[in-house]
Amino acid sequence: MPKLLKAGSFTGDVWQRFDGDAAPIAEGDALLFPLPVWLARRDALLARDASRTGIWLNGDEEPDQIAADIHRFGCIAVNFPTFMDGRGFSCGRLLRERYGFRGELRAVGDIFVDQLHFLHRCGFDAFELPDDTSLDTARNCLEAFSVHYQATCDPA
Amino acid sequence: MYLYDDRDRCLLRERVRQFRDQTARYLGGDLPEDQFRPLRLQNGLYIQRLAPMLRVSIPYGLISASQLRRLAHIARTYDKGYAHFTTRQNIQFNWPQLPEVPDILAELAAVDMHAIQTSGNCIRNITSDEFAGIAPDEVEDPRPWCELVRHWSTFHPEFAYLPRKFKIAVSGSESDRAAIQVHDIGLQLVKNAAGALGFRVYVGGGLGRTPVIGEVIGEFIEPRHLLTYLEAILRVYNRYGRRDNKYKARIKILVKAWGAEVFGARVAAEWQHLKDGPNTLTEADFAHVRQFFTAPAYAAVDVAAAEATVSACAAAERAFARWLERNVRAHRVPGYCAVVLSLKPVGVAPGDVTDAQLDAIADLADRYAFGEARVTHHQNLVLADVRRDDLPELWRALKAQGFATPTIGTLSDIICCPGGDFCSLANAKSIPIAEAIQREFDDLDYLYDLGDLTLNISGCMNACGHHHVGNIGILGVDKKGEEFYQIQIGGEAGSRAALGQVLGPSFYASEVPRVIARILDVYVQRRHEGETFIETYRRVGVEPFKDSVYAKAA
Repeated sequence: MPKLLKAGSFTGDVWQRFDGDAAPIAEGDALLFPLPVWLARRDALLARDASRTGIWLNGDEEPDQIAADIHRFGCIAVNFPTFMDGRGFSCGRLLRERYGFRGELRAVGDIFVDQLHFLHRCGFDAFELPDDTSLDTARNCLEAFSVHYQATCDPA
Repeated sequence: MYLYDDRDRCLLRERVRQFRDQTARYLGGDLPEDQFRPLRLQNGLYIQRLAPMLRVSIPYGLISASQLRRLAHIARTYDKGYAHFTTRQNIQFNWPQLPEVPDILAELAAVDMHAIQTSGNCIRNITSDEFAGIAPDEVEDPRPWCELVRHWSTFHPEFAYLPRKFKIAVSGSESDRAAIQVHDIGLQLVKNAAGALGFRVYVGGGLGRTPVIGEVIGEFIEPRHLLTYLEAILRVYNRYGRRDNKYKARIKILVKAWGAEVFGARVAAEWQHLKDGPNTLTEADFAHVRQFFTAPAYAAVDVAAAEATVSACAAAERAFARWLERNVRAHRVPGYCAVVLSLKPVGVAPGDVTDAQLDAIADLADRYAFGEARVTHHQNLVLADVRRDDLPELWRALKAQGFATPTIGTLSDIICCPGGDFCSLANAKSIPIAEAIQREFDDLDYLYDLGDLTLNISGCMNACGHHHVGNIGILGVDKKGEEFYQIQIGGEAGSRAALGQVLGPSFYASEVPRVIARILDVYVQRRHEGETFIETYRRVGVEPFKDSVYAKAA
């Protein structure tokens, strides 16, 4: 099981990825819907509460497809298929800066601690890390630099 | 040159601490090799054929005397007493030990230097014209703009895991000496009809396996929008550049696949969202950065007396006259000139210097050139602000240190990658080929008669030696484990950038000097009065050269 790093600590996770496009949807569960599922069943899913509704985006998917619904999501997970695939960094900034997403933005998939600082600066505030990750190392990596030369999604 | 402030120094301290921690975790087994790899590469550290190689950044080629002394110290203490200047104005150490690299970074940080983003799939060192700020044909000094781009690109969090490496070059002169059309992005400073400054933006140029001349997608980008426009290009590339095949991953492949027009339109659409955003530059930003690139305190040189000194020495010493002709360049300030220090003496790998030579360059820079030197993409050095009446004295000092080889811009001033002697990517050796050519053509009168001529050598198709844009280009190839050399002609790196044409089947190393001799014979026979090699080539085409090189012995 991966560990979820949020606000500088490992925390429990309420969100789960919804698998199987035709499966019945449990009302009470906090679910991350893969983009194709969301697009296919959007009309029905719009009725769900934002606190239990999220999106699971792949790096090659277009975030503008959820732009109109962005405030209906409590969480968006962006998947990194390999740690060398940097598309998710752009995706994070687009979700935050262009589409104004304010919920939990989670980096999932093949990421590692030495990427945390840049991920954070691209708008991510939650990170799924391997279960053997050391909290000290993760915190150090998250705060690797106090000086920045460009404006991105840095918290004010 | 740009001077670091407290924030810049803090950033470097944090970088050293970060890499020390990463190295310790790697050596302790807590950081796997595949994850450490992009981290060490973005710190300029390669694992090479014989030992790690550390590439240190020299932003747009500018370096101070104290920085040169620190490089000498590092070469002496952590390496085998020498270092190598690269075609991207950086310097490489070939023998550091991995556990010592964090200490080397700390040594560098103490003189405001680093190895940040000198390798890896990120935005690399910004390169420019070695005569920036002093060239008579300059439209605008490119250095402040280089520095603004350097700042913006340093640890840009969105662009550290691009599909592939990314190189940006800036030129501020009419004559392009920074090879901007063969960079991922080339920025040309121009003035419009109203006299306002802007950038003509080329994208998708590059060498390597698929050499391409860049295309213009922005005719006139206003300076305040420079960074947001660059950010738009990088974002489009980061999102849509190919990641399935590393040989198809450079931006040039994306630009070719979409066409420059479509690519430009996608960038323009992205830019609409970024334009006027927080990375927009202000007059205060321009003023801040320009203050670092003001003219040094030039003396009022008595020009007539200085010219008399120079002429007298030239009349007395033929070797000085030759050096003056080839190695001394014009300066916009009367009584001053720029002096090119040749790192191409016969028998030394092009671009190599010893620790003692680095110290000597620092001393000469202090004494004759306001304490600064510049690295050229031809792998030479420049002292940019030298009094003309100091030339005889400086020449003697340069001769004593081995920097006065009077062949700048000639056939013998070869650009050459480290090749199979050092590099694990190379298919063939390149340094011995350079040396064989230099030995074959060692008659200065002949070299001068041939005039301006670039000869570039790469040991493999990655093209670090820029063979595609040499007037004569040589490429090492491997055929069933044997080294061969393919020869092309007609390449050019400047304002009329062009890719060379391959002459035909490749040659054994031992045949290369003879083939070059035949190419030169064709030029000498066919040239019109005053025509350079590349001009003759453009007029007569590749055929006469082919015919001569592959002519059957009668």
